[in-house]
Amino acid sequence: MEVTLQHYLAVGAMLFTIGVFGIFVNRKNVIIILMSIELILLAVNINFVAFSAYLNDASGQIMAMFVLTVAAAEAAVGLAILVTFFRNRGDIAVDDANVMKG
Amino acid sequence: MLQGIAFYLLSAVAVASGLLVVTARNPVHSVLWLILAFFSSAGLFVLLGAEFLAMLLVVVYVGAVAVLFLFVVMMLDVDFVRLREGYATYLPLAAIVAGVLLAEMIMISIVVVQGGAAAGATAPAFAGEDVSNVEVIGRVLYTDYVYIFQASGLVLLIAMIGAIILTLRKRPSVRRQDPADQTNRDRRTSVEIKGVVTGVGVTGEELR
Repeated sequence: MEVTLQHYLAVGAMLFTIGVFGIFVNRKNVIIILMSIELILLAVNINFVAFSAYLNDASGQIMAMFVLTVAAAEAAVGLAILVTFFRNRGDIAVDDANVMKG
Repeated sequence: MLQGIAFYLLSAVAVASGLLVVTARNPVHSVLWLILAFFSSAGLFVLLGAEFLAMLLVVVYVGAVAVLFLFVVMMLDVDFVRLREGYATYLPLAAIVAGVLLAEMIMISIVVVQGGAAAGATAPAFAGEDVSNVEVIGRVLYTDYVYIFQASGLVLLIAMIGAIILTLRKRPSVRRQDPADQTNRDRRTSVEIKGVVTGVGVTGEELR
């Protein structure tokens, strides 16, 4: 049961795919969409750390830290937008959201 | 051997809980499954020798982001059943897109490992047995990546300001303290001298 780089990349690919799948099937529920984005970023992080470990280069882990930072910022702003959206409309169904269509 | 068992267990839990995040009926359950996915990914990071990032993942994601999600999900009074309409109609298309994407990515990763940039990387090289993972990260983070490190601090600051501005609202029914107004009062606006005639007294109307 030798664990190679492919194994980690496969896990990352699966989590990424699940994230994309989640965005597709939960088109109305913006909370689940945000969680799917978090899953996608987690998959990216797994790839970064796996490459970093197998290529013996710490830069990958630094990049994963920056991805983590951006993910936290994105979650904060996304949820703030969600709260204001809910206050204005009393609902979070985003499939008919066209306030900013112009 | 033991590492293989740990890898398969952790990755199976991560993938299964990831699937449950996007398919759970109740969004609160989705958040809890998300926490489980983060925990098992942190375990994978430990297997890869990145202890510091594993710790960061647990602290930042489970401690902050997931709790933020939980707060928002529980605060908003949303009819989540209605939001699941159309789930079955989107399912086939989503499955096709996800299948194609997964096949592509796994193919690319096999190619990358066999003949691409990561050729010959068969075992994780745990960066130097004499230095810890934290030290390795610190040496690179504060030298080569110091400007990006500062920029990520700015990103967090701007995100904080943005989130506060978006959610702050003034409600006229709520009386708030205004320190500037309080300290800027002077004698003319706060004290009034009434000439009271001796022996007559004052009525409540005059005091007002």
